[in-house]
Amino acid sequence: MTDAAPAPDRFSRLRARPEGFEERSKALTARRYARERRFKALGLGAILVAMALLLILLSSVVRQGYGAFWQTYVRVPVTLDAAVLDPKGTGDPEVIGKGNFQKLIYEGLFGLFPEAKARPERRQLTRLVSSGANLILRQKVLDDPSLVGTTRDVWIVASDEVDQFMKGAIARDAPPAARPLKDGAIAAIDRLEADGRIEQRFNTLLFTQGDSREPELAGIWGAVVGSFYLMLVTALLSTPLGVGAALYLEEFAPKSRATDFIEVNINNLAAVPSIVFGLLGLAVFLGLFNMPRSAPIVGGLTLTLMTLPTIVVATRAALRAVPPSIHQAALGIGASKVQTIWHHVLPLALPGILTGVIIGLAQALGETAPLLMIGMVAFVVDAPSTPFDPSTALPVQIYLWADSPERAFTERTSAAIMILLAFLILMNLIAVLLRRRFERRW
Amino acid sequence: MQGETALNATALALDPPQAARAAEAGPKTAPKMATRGVKLWYGAKQALFGIDLDIKANEATALIGPSGCGKSTYLRCLNRMNDVIEGCRIEGEITLDGEDVYDRRIDVVQLRARVGMVFQKPNPFPKSIYDNVAYGPRIHGLARGKAEMDEIVEQSLKGAGLWKEVADRLHAPGTGLSGGQQQRLCIARAIAVSPEVILMDEPCSALDPIATAHVEELIDELRHDFTIVIVTHNMQQAARVSQRTAFFHLGKLIEVGETDQVFTNPRERMTQEYITGRFG
Amino acid sequence: MSLVLIVLVLAGIAYYLGHRRSLRIAGGRIADLHSLPGHYAWYAALLAAGPALALIVLWSIVSPLVLRWATIGRLPADAQALSGPRLDFLMQDVARIAQGLPARGDVTPGLAQAGAFYGSLGTASTLLLWLLVLVLAVGGIYLALRWIAPDLRARNHVERVVRYLLLAAAVISILTTAGIVFSVLFESLRFFNRVPVTDFLFGLHWSPQTALRADQVGSSGSFGAIPLFVGTLLISTIAMLVAGPIGLLSAMYLAEYASPGFRNVAKPLMEILAGIPTVVYGFFAALTVAPFLRDAGQAIGLDVASESALAAGGVMGIMIIPFVSSLSDDALTAVPAAMRDASLGLGATRAETIRQVIVPAALPGIIAGFLLAVSRAIGETMIVVMAAGLTANLTVNPLAAVTTVTVQIVTLLVGDQEFDSAKTLAAFALGLMLFVTTLILNVVALYVMRKYREKYD
Repeated sequence: MTDAAPAPDRFSRLRARPEGFEERSKALTARRYARERRFKALGLGAILVAMALLLILLSSVVRQGYGAFWQTYVRVPVTLDAAVLDPKGTGDPEVIGKGNFQKLIYEGLFGLFPEAKARPERRQLTRLVSSGANLILRQKVLDDPSLVGTTRDVWIVASDEVDQFMKGAIARDAPPAARPLKDGAIAAIDRLEADGRIEQRFNTLLFTQGDSREPELAGIWGAVVGSFYLMLVTALLSTPLGVGAALYLEEFAPKSRATDFIEVNINNLAAVPSIVFGLLGLAVFLGLFNMPRSAPIVGGLTLTLMTLPTIVVATRAALRAVPPSIHQAALGIGASKVQTIWHHVLPLALPGILTGVIIGLAQALGETAPLLMIGMVAFVVDAPSTPFDPSTALPVQIYLWADSPERAFTERTSAAIMILLAFLILMNLIAVLLRRRFERRW
Repeated sequence: MQGETALNATALALDPPQAARAAEAGPKTAPKMATRGVKLWYGAKQALFGIDLDIKANEATALIGPSGCGKSTYLRCLNRMNDVIEGCRIEGEITLDGEDVYDRRIDVVQLRARVGMVFQKPNPFPKSIYDNVAYGPRIHGLARGKAEMDEIVEQSLKGAGLWKEVADRLHAPGTGLSGGQQQRLCIARAIAVSPEVILMDEPCSALDPIATAHVEELIDELRHDFTIVIVTHNMQQAARVSQRTAFFHLGKLIEVGETDQVFTNPRERMTQEYITGRFG
Repeated sequence: MSLVLIVLVLAGIAYYLGHRRSLRIAGGRIADLHSLPGHYAWYAALLAAGPALALIVLWSIVSPLVLRWATIGRLPADAQALSGPRLDFLMQDVARIAQGLPARGDVTPGLAQAGAFYGSLGTASTLLLWLLVLVLAVGGIYLALRWIAPDLRARNHVERVVRYLLLAAAVISILTTAGIVFSVLFESLRFFNRVPVTDFLFGLHWSPQTALRADQVGSSGSFGAIPLFVGTLLISTIAMLVAGPIGLLSAMYLAEYASPGFRNVAKPLMEILAGIPTVVYGFFAALTVAPFLRDAGQAIGLDVASESALAAGGVMGIMIIPFVSSLSDDALTAVPAAMRDASLGLGATRAETIRQVIVPAALPGIIAGFLLAVSRAIGETMIVVMAAGLTANLTVNPLAAVTTVTVQIVTLLVGDQEFDSAKTLAAFALGLMLFVTTLILNVVALYVMRKYREKYD
């Protein structure tokens, strides 16, 4: 086909092999395969290391926290002395409520140890039960005023030291100076245990109480309610705003510099550190608009701005996944653009949008730093009743408890983390299921 | 080097000269590559149904057939590129100089050095022209020192007819060349390791007519030194560049023979219908 | 609040009336109408609620300012002379008096008078608002019903409103950015009025809590931010040293070696690491990793601080692993399969293909991913707040305690602070630095990524 017939040795140089190539080639191939295996092992190793780290992280949380779901109680015979609680026999809750319940508990306790007469011994005994136990007993009596005047065995919340001792976190043989419980207290615990008057029960207080200075009484209810309001505000604001913005950018926006700018802007907002959103919330919502400090409404507003980019990006992806043919079909039969989107595009994109919203909310639920900025770190005991009341949130509660030195708080921190993670897993699960359920292929 | 005569049919070291000579010296009927009863599945779907085909040395063999007929799949079996694909299963026998390429003792990396491949779309690496060509010799340790490598690169580029165009910019990125130049660069890259067989998977389908003509010319030159298997959907191209033609349809080999015979006097009706454009 | 509800009810009524009216004028032949009855209904509802709601929003922003301004004019002269937080406090008392609540400060006759004035003015303002809103809403209904006619292009009007509402939602993102920039910039400028920029940017000493000399600038401490920058960089570097190799190597394995089954399991598991709240990592770093490192250091005779940069950085690295790996994975899988085939077809091993062909081809994408990860590390707050130190040591020793920009922002702003002190303002200056740095990293990363995507599209 060509005139220039190739010279026979045209590729001699390519065919030539260096001196001793055959022997070396074998070794080289072996080396290359060894490198290949090393590299592959390195990659697999990296993944396994990441998994191991995840496992260590989760197991350390579980190991430290499962104990918090049990709480030690002491069975104390309490005489609900009418002379102390309601001397005039009014039955008026207000009078009863003012009674010194703590004293009644202590006296019941002293009754179990008649030999302890001296003040130091008795002080050791009072340290066995929680200093906030009276509040729970009081509530019990207020709920059932007929208890007044009776004597009965009541399970009283033990103090955090006793609780930790029972769980083995405080070593019995530690030098007395290094453990919070003195020998007398330990002897008393042993005797209570022998009498079957001390036991560990499921810790309902953890789920029903607000924050407390006493670890044994501290619970996450207030934080859960606070987080709920935060999520409520965030969801109500960020969903319409995010979906609206995405709809505009995807369906209406003319290709112009302005919309380009909005687009770049949204991408950049997604990478702004969350604490900067906190600064914005502090300066604008608190500083400029004088909104209430520590309130979920402000936190929700701040988190809304933070979640917006996530929702916008997810919604746009969902909208883009709707094939143009559906657009054209609807427009072709004379539907207006808004009708097309409202009747056809949005319903098809809905699962994707919802997934994005849930994932955005899950991020917001775990967010802590911006909430610190707007003052949601206050010590709040009661659960907020509206989004305008001061409150904490679940992650903030974790942060606050993690700072407390008591071993019992560490335990509760881990428990709170498990609960937070449970919520997050639940949300992500819903997102995954939603995606599975409605996954559609065109 | 070339004078060495040690001839070892089972040696898997890279010694194409001897093997090539052996094939040339042997009886005319000893094929360079042969396949017997090759069946292939992608997952549950069978793509090849028992292909028996001999590929003769120093010839260009064209594989033609309508798209989806399995010709590219078959081609990729010859240097085990299908190994890369998840869920791909192969039965049957494929031999290179009488050795089963799917034998466990066969090293796939070395097999591919002996059976090179050029792809449908030009796919130069995002490296310089020089490094593109030097890549193969480098990983296989074919050169000692820069001078030897320079020689290999030059001869490969000359062999691919690209030397004159790029001699002055060997260190410019290979992706900056035109489509036809890129494809010739890919051919230079393939011949730099001096394979015995070069598989070409529709090498001209992404090129314009002038670039196609260049590459076809090149293929015709190369077949004097290499064994070439070329998949093409273009029958004129098959007629121009190949000595033997195999017609595939629905995963089966329908007919194989001298190119002239297949095109002028096909034995099978289906072949006749295909080459006359009745279906395709 | 109740006013908004009333407006919404009126809008509902307008919707109903609009619907009925459109049907009546059509005389049962809807095809004669330009738009569907629903459009006329929406048209009426929008006309009723739109202007009224806009007025409510406007009023609730403007009227407090007007009220405040008018009341300050009625305050005693000495109170008028007050400024900033003191005046705010006084005005809060005025508001409390107006509501009949006990004031927190002393109630002077002048103050009581101002309170009464404030109260009456507030009542008047509310009454006026109610009146105006009701007029607007009812007027809107009336006009809508009058205007509804077969050739009224109700649908076009309604759809235009929808479009503007969507545009408004899109513009929120710009407003957010503007809000960040202005709030942070404004407070920073006030800070730089007191502390020179050069002192802040190049000063080697950071101790905002203690005044070294009484006459010192800002008189509340020194604000040299270099130790914070160095601390931030140190911790981020440690984090990247952990996350970079692990993330990149696992991405390579997932993209090139892993079977689809393994990938489907391993990828979500890695993503879990990204989904864990940072406060959990902080807890892990402070209570598990830091003590472990300290004890380990002791065992081999090293002095490891209990708030060592290594603990915070290492745990932050764990958090960033999925970030690096998923962005690298995206970059690697975006490399065309043809590139992979070409290399394998030449007899290269997988490892050779990855290292010499795929990674160089994916490099821009990988670098962009790393930049994003660095930006994430720099802005990360909770891990360092819980596990890094508070005192600013100028050191690059990973075993020592260092502090970071984010830690200082939190320390300066959490708790009761005077809003105007140099300490508080310093937090905003740090926030500005943080914002600018992460923004630059992000813009560069997005630019590189976009270029890279274009290359293979």
